[in-house]
Amino acid sequence: MTHDPTPDARHIGPVLMDLKNITLRFGGVTAIKDISFDIREGEIRAIIGPNGAGKSSMLNVISGFYVPQEGEIWFEGKRRPAMKPYEVARLGLARTFQNIALFDGMSVLDNIMTGRLNKMNAPLWSQALWWGRAEREEVENRAQVEKIIDFLEIQNIRKTPVGRLPYGLKKRVELARALAAEPRILLLDEPMAGMNVEEKEDMCRFILDVNDEFGTTIALIEHDMGVVMDLSDRVVVMDYGKKIGDGTPDEVRNNPEVISAYLGVEHA
Amino acid sequence: MFYREAGDFKTSYRDDGQTFPIRLDRWGYYAILAVAFLVVPLVIDSYWANAVLVPFLIYAIAAIGLNILTGYAGQVSLGTGGFMAVGAYAVYKLMTAFPGVPIVILIVVAGAVTAVVGVLFGLPSLRIKGFYLAVATLAAQFFLVWLFNKVPWFYNYSASGQINAPERTMFGWAITGPATTASAKYLTCLVFAVVLAWVARNLTRGSVGRKWMAIRDMDIAAEIIGVNPLTAKLSAFAVSSFFVGIAGALLFSVYLGAAEASEAFGINKSFLILFMVIIGGLGSIFGSFAGAAFLVLLPVFLKNVLVAQLGWPTDLAAHIELMIVGALIVFFLIVEPHGLARLWRLTKEKLRLWPFPH
Repeated sequence: MTHDPTPDARHIGPVLMDLKNITLRFGGVTAIKDISFDIREGEIRAIIGPNGAGKSSMLNVISGFYVPQEGEIWFEGKRRPAMKPYEVARLGLARTFQNIALFDGMSVLDNIMTGRLNKMNAPLWSQALWWGRAEREEVENRAQVEKIIDFLEIQNIRKTPVGRLPYGLKKRVELARALAAEPRILLLDEPMAGMNVEEKEDMCRFILDVNDEFGTTIALIEHDMGVVMDLSDRVVVMDYGKKIGDGTPDEVRNNPEVISAYLGVEHA
Repeated sequence: MFYREAGDFKTSYRDDGQTFPIRLDRWGYYAILAVAFLVVPLVIDSYWANAVLVPFLIYAIAAIGLNILTGYAGQVSLGTGGFMAVGAYAVYKLMTAFPGVPIVILIVVAGAVTAVVGVLFGLPSLRIKGFYLAVATLAAQFFLVWLFNKVPWFYNYSASGQINAPERTMFGWAITGPATTASAKYLTCLVFAVVLAWVARNLTRGSVGRKWMAIRDMDIAAEIIGVNPLTAKLSAFAVSSFFVGIAGALLFSVYLGAAEASEAFGINKSFLILFMVIIGGLGSIFGSFAGAAFLVLLPVFLKNVLVAQLGWPTDLAAHIELMIVGALIVFFLIVEPHGLARLWRLTKEKLRLWPFPH
């Protein structure tokens, strides 16, 4: 067990997820070429790269939406076989989407409650009669969800239909839904995309607080370089489906390959 | 001013999640139930039972069933008539095979049989959605009706090809058969409608309901958060068919007394119930009742006005009635596509502030 205290005294634990030599092809297009990296417990891990570099595909591989043709995914010391996305979710992975994927016909509360569906196993008869386990589970999980609602400061929109909310709040509700699942790893696909400065600041604060207070491991994709460099403990840089850099924000920033491929020519 | 939630505070999550969170709503529904159970059976006559109340209750059950599938789980179905036929023929076979078993139990078992058939015909929903699924469920409609006409075992080899409900009693009252009184028919259907509406409400506010709605709103996101689409869709088909099967069983055994598959359970029935769900409001239990009431009452109302009041010939009135119903449906879909349930909700929101504008 390695424990590396970070400057702000958080503890980064052992490797939680290890991706080994992942290759993903769509027909003749190779989206990801032989990429390996790991995610350690308690850290914020960023994946960056120019458009089309394969970041989202990488996230989809982690969340089980795509099954790579080659390579292995190790999670909590065990090799993860090819699984359906809902099985991966039950292992403890939750994610948000680049284009918000909330359930528009449901209220904020119901949306967040869907994040806890895997913790609710009352039999159908109990739910039909609203008696015994179903009612108990509903109340217990509601209490957990209310904690997250408080944490993300969305108490006032609890009963609002999601379709009526502005963009920034929708993103926050989506984060709440992912958090409600109490994930081992939280995957965020461009959590700041399309936000103004204030909304970005809020979102950064929430991401840091989640990591800090719940100790949740976070893997995120982001375009905003300032955000990525400030938030993350370690960064993977991808370009054309290959990994071209991996390390702390400072290491990555000074990596010449990264500078030439991603940040442009060295006149900065 | 009179209808409001101010001061009606909830102190537990259990209270907050109840069926009617607003006190006035709760009292209103209790009052309606009290009248429906205690007053109406005493004053009901056979015209009101056969023309209005019994079909309203039976179609409301079927509409709730279809609403669970289409409104909550987002799976379009045009096979409702076929599934009602399954319920009707199942209860007929059970009634004749087990004369000693209480009819109410047989009706529930017929619902369970329909649920199994519904799951079988729901299997295509795992691969196809939208219009294509609707066409696939049409297969259920036509195949089931054909089956019940073609295989004499289903109608016990009767010469007419019809099924006839033998007399069965509960607590000494005839519930099926020609001797059934209007209030017995009404009460039987009322008990089923109230219990099933309550069950539907419980299912849709709990975790299985959230799974259905998640699949309806965005199936990919639902799968990513851990909803197994297979069990979610098939459970929706099972529960929906259970409701529809019970409606079919009641329609045949309590209401009609005799039925023939292609006549009583044809494609028209599927469309009728789909219209009820759309007009009443997709994804609303109240809407299922409202839609059923609208489409049952409207023809009765028009007939009374056109024939009894204006004195038009019956055949002319019948044609005009079809045109008016059709026009009203089109008008309704344009003006309020979310159905009567939405209108009702808007009215309630306005009433909260009335008579003050803000």
